[in-house]
Amino acid sequence: MNYLVGAFKPPCNIFISFTDGRSRKQVPLKKENGKTVMVALFQSQENIVGEVVIEPIHGKKVEHNGVKIELLGQIELYFDRGNFYDFTSLVRELDVPGELYERKTYPFEFSTVEMPYESYNGVNVRLRYILKVTISRNYVSNIVEYQDFVVRNYTPPPSINNSIKDVPCLNLSHSYHGSSARDDHLVPLQMEVGIEDCLHIEFEYSKSKYHLKDVIIGKIYFLLVRIKLKNMELEIRRRESTGSGPNTYVETETLAKFELMDGAPVRGESIPIRLFLSPYELTPTYRNINNKFSVKYYLNLVLVDEEDRRYFKQQEITMYRNLEAS
Amino acid sequence: MLNGTEDEEKWLAEGIAGIQHNAFYMHRALDSNNLREALKYSAQMLSELRTSKLSPHKYYELYMRAFDELKRLELFFKDDSKHGVSVVDLYELVQHAGNILPRLYLLCTVGSIYIKSKEAPAKEVLKDLVEMCRGVQHPIRGLFLRSYLAQISRDKLPDIGSEYEGDADTVMDAVDFVLQNFTEMNKLWVRMQHQGPGGVREKREKERSELQDLVGKNLHVLSQIEGVDLEMYKETVLPRVLEQVVNCKDDLAQYYLMDCIIQVFPDEYHLQTLETLLGACPQLQPTVDVKTVLSRLMDRLSNYAASSADVLPEFLQVEAFSKLSNAIGKVIEAQLDMPAVGAITLYVSLLTFTLRVHPDRLDHVDQVLGACVKKLSNIPKLEDSRAMKQVVALLSAPLEKYNDIVTALTLSNYPRVMDHLDIGTNKLMAMVIIQSIMKNNSCISTADKVEVLFELIKGLIKDIDGADVDELDEEDFKEEQNSVARLIHMLYNDEPEEMLKIICIVRKHTMVGGPKRLPFTVSSLVFSALRLLRQLQGQEGDIVGEEASMTPNKNFQLLTQIIESLSAVPSPELALRLYLQCAEAANGCDIEHVAYEFFTQAFVLYEEEIADSKAQVTAIHLIIGTLQRMNVFGVENRDTLTHKATGYSARLLKKADQCRAVYACSHLFWVDDQDGIKDGERVLLCLKRALRIANAAQQMANVARGSGGPVSLFVEILNKYIYFFEKGNKQITSSAIQGLIELINTEMQSDSTNPDSVADAFLASTLRYIQFQKQKGGVMGEKFESIKL
Repeated sequence: MNYLVGAFKPPCNIFISFTDGRSRKQVPLKKENGKTVMVALFQSQENIVGEVVIEPIHGKKVEHNGVKIELLGQIELYFDRGNFYDFTSLVRELDVPGELYERKTYPFEFSTVEMPYESYNGVNVRLRYILKVTISRNYVSNIVEYQDFVVRNYTPPPSINNSIKDVPCLNLSHSYHGSSARDDHLVPLQMEVGIEDCLHIEFEYSKSKYHLKDVIIGKIYFLLVRIKLKNMELEIRRRESTGSGPNTYVETETLAKFELMDGAPVRGESIPIRLFLSPYELTPTYRNINNKFSVKYYLNLVLVDEEDRRYFKQQEITMYRNLEAS
Repeated sequence: MLNGTEDEEKWLAEGIAGIQHNAFYMHRALDSNNLREALKYSAQMLSELRTSKLSPHKYYELYMRAFDELKRLELFFKDDSKHGVSVVDLYELVQHAGNILPRLYLLCTVGSIYIKSKEAPAKEVLKDLVEMCRGVQHPIRGLFLRSYLAQISRDKLPDIGSEYEGDADTVMDAVDFVLQNFTEMNKLWVRMQHQGPGGVREKREKERSELQDLVGKNLHVLSQIEGVDLEMYKETVLPRVLEQVVNCKDDLAQYYLMDCIIQVFPDEYHLQTLETLLGACPQLQPTVDVKTVLSRLMDRLSNYAASSADVLPEFLQVEAFSKLSNAIGKVIEAQLDMPAVGAITLYVSLLTFTLRVHPDRLDHVDQVLGACVKKLSNIPKLEDSRAMKQVVALLSAPLEKYNDIVTALTLSNYPRVMDHLDIGTNKLMAMVIIQSIMKNNSCISTADKVEVLFELIKGLIKDIDGADVDELDEEDFKEEQNSVARLIHMLYNDEPEEMLKIICIVRKHTMVGGPKRLPFTVSSLVFSALRLLRQLQGQEGDIVGEEASMTPNKNFQLLTQIIESLSAVPSPELALRLYLQCAEAANGCDIEHVAYEFFTQAFVLYEEEIADSKAQVTAIHLIIGTLQRMNVFGVENRDTLTHKATGYSARLLKKADQCRAVYACSHLFWVDDQDGIKDGERVLLCLKRALRIANAAQQMANVARGSGGPVSLFVEILNKYIYFFEKGNKQITSSAIQGLIELINTEMQSDSTNPDSVADAFLASTLRYIQFQKQKGGVMGEKFESIKL
């Protein structure tokens, strides 16, 4: 990708490989050109060991001012195109200035690399890790080769993982009162009149923190139904906020729409929720990554009435990556 | 939502096309073992079932299409060599579908395989499925989904003896599952009434009733579970089903489900849980047709009782009758506005029940009738024809059961129920009673019973106030009265004393019947009395003196009184016949003065009442015939009577009638008995007189019409001559016969212009007879020898 176009064909090929490349897990990574490639997967504190092979094109000699390999952790904000923030930058010198006539192999090692953030490919932001090999040259541009890799960090299951609840009610389930949904519902104007007298639900999700292959188990209990509902869905929404202050950009994507209920319930009905998260492409929740961006997840319970008015209640959940489940 | 059948057809066609389209791709995926595609297209196919546009009937059609496809999918799922995914994973995988309805159909499908694989206890899977199905709250879609669940789980319940049986309490799991599914389905079904477009109530109810079997099927499944024994039925199944039935507060559902419970579970369970079942009835909505429910229950129990005598002790043990009786009482009490027909229908069922179960307990029957009377007495006037029919059924039931009116007569409330019938129905019922008596040939043998019986059938016996006489159909009336007349013959007792009482009672009742009825009843009564008379005669000697009240004389007095009542009608012909009949009976009793008295009455009637000439002819012949058979009279009395009779004969209007009556009188002087009177001279006199009259008739005819008169009269007289000649009357000579034959021949020739073929044939056969007698030889032949033909 970084080959210079046309006549400036680089005089050598550079291959970057990992020592445990064959046994290491590969995960798909979407490149800028939209293609998906499989790349090696690392986690923080791992040793990143490998070798760089430089192979001059037949009969050509490469003069250089030195060869180095860098491990870079970058955050790229799309609205700030071209600006990378390197939060991690490690360098290893591979060769002193000289000439290359033939294929040469340089082993490299970054020991217990601190990679606190996970690779992320969002709407407005990208966090990526790369190995960058640079052959510095005089007069002509440097020869550069990149190797992406992916970092995922596993967290142990949280010790406190409460069910999502608000006001404890007399019944056993902890519940969130639907009446407060008035604060943030998106309904047309005429619906503003007392949702308190129209719809009263309790809902309960078993946990507030989920790993990526988890199942959301829960229940919705209808305490009062005076509107003719048509159906009910559970949405998983991702909210990515980038930048800070006046330059904050927020993107919300709906990753899943899962129909929970068909038809109109009556008072006293309870509707089960069981949503498997595995089919969806989720990431852990990222909070204020390097002061550049955050990714948060929400469960959005949407009730639709016969006139297609939507009532919803959004609830944040924390996603985490769990080693066992992945 | 529905704009007519046409639109609906269109939508259905679209739905079917959608299913077919996706099923095609699904099949392709199945054939190429592509699980992903199979799931995708099956979910799309099932999405067609998400429609809200179809009525239940059409939706069912769509459902069945999808159902067939799901069977193929199930086969594919079952074979993990084809898709390489374990059933546990598959169970998760299908839950990824975003739309709930396809998701749950697929879940149920995989669930059934999951159970079969035994990788998880059936109980867990079933519990999960039935719980997850809550997500579909739309009545029709939910009902069909749950019905699908019921369908695929039917053979996989952890029942006793089933391969899916778990460790402990396993039947309970099966029962719990079915009960829960049933409860949810019923809730959905009830909800149909209140949700959906505000269409016409009838239409909605029709749609609902199309779906009722989906709900009821669960009860059927429950009844099929081996492990549901009486104990479990009593402790768990019935209370929980009833709880749902009562709580749903929907009349349609309550009625259907009660009926369903009664029909699907075994009779002995009902018997043992009668109290619980009946206890639910008063808790149902007031609009529920409880009476039909109870009637069905009682019908079933009745049939059960009738099926085998072995089960009867069970009925006694649980006091089925009193429980049912109480329940009915409560229902009727609770539902004040229940129409009379409803209450009576209930009583009919209860009666049928007790008749089958406790045929020996007449007190039960009477109790039911009593309750019915109580109910009826609260109603001013029974005008509902259906109610009337039910009362008739109520009253007919004991008759049919016991085949014996005598039993019914001991029921004190029976007549009280009849009092509540309108006139027409009362008559109808009376007819039923009579017919029952006739059919079974039952003999009513005590005066008391006769009294009760006549009380019952009084609608036929006399005019009831307010009856519209004009309305009466003549033929019906005749039919009724003939029946009463026949009935009188069924009242019989060998004891003359009792029989007399019976007759007196019948008389008492029939005498008030009025002129239209008397002609029918009196003759029966008379003959009944005459039978008693003959009976007395037969016993004479044995019991003389003891029963002084029972003399034939007394009897005859009674008869006279009875017949006299006819004078009010008036029906002189009938009275005359009856007098003659009595006279004959008196003759049999050898009581001359009574016989004479009867004849006197007959003659008086003839003289005073019978004016019609035809009737006179008939009457005179009857008199002659009867008189001829009397042997009780002394010479003087006999002379008087015969003289009278001959006199009357000669005074008939038509010559021919005169002639015939006179020659008939000849027999009065010649009784062909051992010691009968044989006065040849007067016989001849009669015949001669007849001949004279015939001659006169002939002449009159000649004068009046210019043609010959009735030659046949002569031939008839000739036959009389021959009769007496044969019997040895010396006054009748062969020459007289010869002369008569010649006379006839002359008459015939002179009258050749107007041949009378009948007379010709008559004459010819008479002559042939003479010829025959001549040829026979012997004494008779000699006698006839002198007659020349």
